[in-house]
Formats: sequence, structure tokens, C-alpha cells
Amino acid sequence: MDAASRSNALMAETGSLIDTVESGGGVMRFPETLPLRLEGGGQLVGLEVAYKTYGTLNEDRSNAVLVCHALTGDQYVASPHPTTGKPGWWTQLIGPGRPLDPSRYFIICTNVIGGCMGSTGPSSINPATGQPWGLTFPVITIGDMVRAQTMLMDQMGIASLFAVVGGSMGGMQALQWATEYPERVFSAICIASAPRHTAQNIAFNEVGRQAIMADPDWRGGDYARLGTRPEKGLAVARMAAHITYLSEPALQRKFGRELKKDDVSWGFDADFQIESYLRHQGASFVDRFDANSYLYITRALDYFDLAASHGGVLGEAFRKARNVRFCVLSFTSDWLYPTTESRDIVRALNAAGARASFVEIESDKGHDAFLLHEPIMEAALGGFLSSAAKARGLEP
Amino acid sequence: MSGGREDFREILRLVRPGTRVLDIGCGEGVLLEMMAQEKNIDGRGLEISPSGVAACLTRGLAVVQGDADRDLADFPTQAFDYAVLSQTLQAVREPRRVLEELLRIAERAVVSFPNFGHWRVRWALLAGGRMPMTGSLPTPWYETQNIHLCTVGDFVDLCDELGVEIEAAGAMAEGQPVREINPRSFMENLRAESAIFLLSRRTRTDGSTPEDRRPAKRASDDLFG
Repeated sequence: MDAASRSNALMAETGSLIDTVESGGGVMRFPETLPLRLEGGGQLVGLEVAYKTYGTLNEDRSNAVLVCHALTGDQYVASPHPTTGKPGWWTQLIGPGRPLDPSRYFIICTNVIGGCMGSTGPSSINPATGQPWGLTFPVITIGDMVRAQTMLMDQMGIASLFAVVGGSMGGMQALQWATEYPERVFSAICIASAPRHTAQNIAFNEVGRQAIMADPDWRGGDYARLGTRPEKGLAVARMAAHITYLSEPALQRKFGRELKKDDVSWGFDADFQIESYLRHQGASFVDRFDANSYLYITRALDYFDLAASHGGVLGEAFRKARNVRFCVLSFTSDWLYPTTESRDIVRALNAAGARASFVEIESDKGHDAFLLHEPIMEAALGGFLSSAAKARGLEP
Repeated sequence: MSGGREDFREILRLVRPGTRVLDIGCGEGVLLEMMAQEKNIDGRGLEISPSGVAACLTRGLAVVQGDADRDLADFPTQAFDYAVLSQTLQAVREPRRVLEELLRIAERAVVSFPNFGHWRVRWALLAGGRMPMTGSLPTPWYETQNIHLCTVGDFVDLCDELGVEIEAAGAMAEGQPVREINPRSFMENLRAESAIFLLSRRTRTDGSTPEDRRPAKRASDDLFG
């Protein structure tokens, strides 16, 4: 049975939400007969995957692009966020005349499992108990996130993606797709990302997790049932992480030693502009993110090591992906996932004889540069995508 | 560097169809694209400038941003049939090591460079006492990226020292077809404005010589034929 007829069969069986694709997304509920198998053992039954779509799937089902989000991102890649009302997080790349043009591509973005924007995660209700999962939610991996995405693609009748695109954790998903399901990926774009988490990456994540778990309102992860919210801990986690997304020169340029008032307070108020900025980042983050999701997704990042399942040799991971077109981008001032990480990926791709392209983009904006207007990034992506589209036979 | 890229045409004629080619210093990918279209090669590029790589991506080429001095080590051994280094050898920090890397990565290397032994260069230095500026060396000394200029004779000496076989050599001048030369000739070292070499390893790890592997037709017949 091919993907399309399997999808039709399932639609009949579950009343699936495939008809909402045209209108831009929804939540795919998988029947108990289709559980998500987990890398750490066990499975998730009654899986839900929330997603947004842009554009139309063509007749050949060959123009689908999966956009993968980063740690605290979500499926609202080019739509206003339902909580904050802010524009989508990658609107500079998605839209008419932009590298990902919905008139040419069918663009899908899913909320990762473990997340808190509609896909199954620790704040979802455990069907077995009728209570929020909390810490009884199984530990998930980048591989599990991607496997859930493949299940959604199956439902949509998309046997092969024209492109998988992502930055940061999204880039890891793109690599995972290309190495685990190379026959389903025509091209993969990995931006400001890494093939594994380094000790420093794990260290920063651990600081964030400890901040959350030290908040008395966290209640051993059971806060949802007990009616509290570990907002302070989550805000501190965000503040620490946010520093790693910026660069020293960018912080200095933006804030320097600027004070909020004319003089220091000789106390511990937010005297400096940077303090007030970070506090604001922390405070606004807790409105849209779940503390346990933060624990689970950072854990998934820490466990990510593409080479580990291939005898520790990264080149081996790409051996099956030799027919995938890869585009790897990094930024000079990114110290969270520095260029050396991207070069490791490129070296491994070369060793495997894969079709690899790589650009290190000059920017002083740090890791977050991938979310900003970067002309060289947009030119490289546009060029890579349109030439790949030509090779795929997609009409402009 | 060289204004008209006579070497592009020659490299294009030299490279056998359907082979794997690494173009080092591929710029905006003009040569790679020509080779892909006309010779159906499976090409890869290495280019130092981000905007150059972006232009290559628009042409649909697989190009990695990097530096010939630093990043050739990332390419696996004998992964290519040809490594092309067009008018770049004189601008790298370690030409000797780069040359060795070319023939580690690829079975054959195509290298072109401006000849500092050309009579016009010698004359400018001898008569004028100034650093020469010629067709193949158009930039003043204080702006040039050429830090390791050499003559055809120097290059032949280096090949001998490294045990590199010169399969063919040609002299190039702007607007003229490439002319096959004896690279060891004193006169050619005076006459060649710039030079192009087809190189291979004299001995291989598997014990075979280039002669064993060479197709029935000599590569040099395709070259300056």
C-alpha cells in the first residue's frame, strides 16, 4: 500500500484531520493502533502532533518542505503566535518571493513531541491516568521527534520531502531525517547546529534544568496537577540560555554598561539595561512555555549524538545519505554551536562522499543570527533551494 | 588573476567526462558549471568567500567554504579523479603542502599559475628595477595576494622533489590557445606567460604506476591537442 492510499485508509478509520492541511494546519491524532515507538524503550499511545502548513501540496506530492523548530520554537513559523501575537519566527524566509515561497512549496512545521503547543508532551493528559504526565512522561530524543514527524508525513501521503530545513535543534532534526530516512529526503538544510551536544552545551542546559527544579513551585514536576507554576525557575533558565544565543559584541553594542536610571541603586534591582532586558526575556518566556517541556527538550538535545549510533564515526552516519543534497550554514559569532561543529558535519559529509555545501556567514549577532535578517544566509538558502527544486523538476 | 581564463578552456578539455572533480578556489563556480554541463562531471568546490559560495549554490553546485591551506585536510584520500587549482597556488601560504594534498585527494591534479620566469617579468625587474606588472600579474606589489610566486623551472624542481609526475605541461598567454611545452626547457621558462600542469603521483599506495591506470589514450592528447 502506498503512502497516499495508506493515508486515505487511515482517514476513513480515524476521521483524520487531513482536510485541514489546505487551510493551514491542526492537530493530527493518531489512533491507538499507531503508537510512537520511543528510542528509550516503550511507546507513546494516542500521540498528537500539532502542525501548521503553508502553500499547497502538488499533484506529485513532491514539493513538501518540513521546517523544524528550535528548543523553544513552535509550529507558528510564519503565523502570529497565539499567545504573544508576535509574527512567526521565520517570516523572513517564508513568504512570496522569499526562499521558501508557499506558491512553490508545501511548507509544514510541526510542534515537536515533548513540546507544549499542541503536540504530546509532559503537560498533555496521560490517557492511562487522566492526569497531566508531568515527570511520568517518557524521556524522548531528537530521533523520536523525527519519527513522530514521519508518522505525520505518512498521514499526509508524503513519501519523500523535497527539503527538511532547520536551525539549531531544527538543524539536528534535519540531520536525523537525512541519516535515518535518506530515501525520504531530497535535500537537507542544517543551520547554526551541531552533530552532538558538547560538554559546554550540556552544562548550560543543566543550569537551566536545575533552576527549574529548584523552584518550590515545580513540585517534583507535578505542578500542573497541584495548580502551581514554576515561573521563577523557568525564567532563570531562559535568562541563562538567552545569553548563549547572543554574542559578546552584540550585547556590548546593544547594552554596554547603560543604566536604567541616572545612577546605580546600591542594591539588587535591575540597575543595568542588560539585567532588565534579561528579566524581561525570562518573564515573557514563561507565558508561552512549559517548564517540564523545557526539561524534556533540553534532555533530548543533550542525548543527541549522531555519530554514537554509527560506531562513533560521524562519516558512517552519512553513508546512506549520499544522495541527499546537504546545505550547512554557520555564523562566525555563534559560540553555542560554533562553526567548528558545522565543519565536523561537512568533513563527515565529504568523507561519506555526500553532496555537501557549506557557508560560514559573517555576523556578530551570535547563535540567534539564524532567526534574523542575514542577506548571505537568505541568498545561500534561496540559491540552494531553487537549484535543488530544478533538479527535482519543480516548476518555479 | 589572469584576465581571460584560458586555463578554464584547457581544464575543460583535459578533464575526462563523468569523473569526480574538486575545484579549489572555485570562485563563483564558472568552471565547475562548465565542467558539469559539458563534461557531466560530479563536481565539488572549495571557495574562501561566503558570497562566492552563495553564488555557487545558485548555480546548483556543491561548494564548501574554506581555505586551501587549512581545509584540504577535510577531504578524504583519493576521493576525486581530479583536483583543480587554477591560478591559486601562488596565493597559498604553503604551496608545497597544498600540492601534496592535491595528489592525496585526487588521482590527478591540474595546476595553473603565472610564470615569474616570463621574459617580460624578468625585463621589468632587470631594466626598471620595479616589481613587474604584466597580463598575468596585474596587481601592484602592495596589493597582490600572490605571496609565493614561482617560475616554471621552480615548479618543475618542486615536482621532482615531491616525486610528482608531470604528465603534461602547457604555456598560456591571454587570448591565445594553450601550447604544449617541455617544462624543463630554458626557453619555455622565458616564453610562458603563465603555465598549466597535469600532474599525478609517480608511485601509488597499491604499487601501480600512473602508466598502469592511464586510459589507452594519453591524457595529454586530450590536453594541448
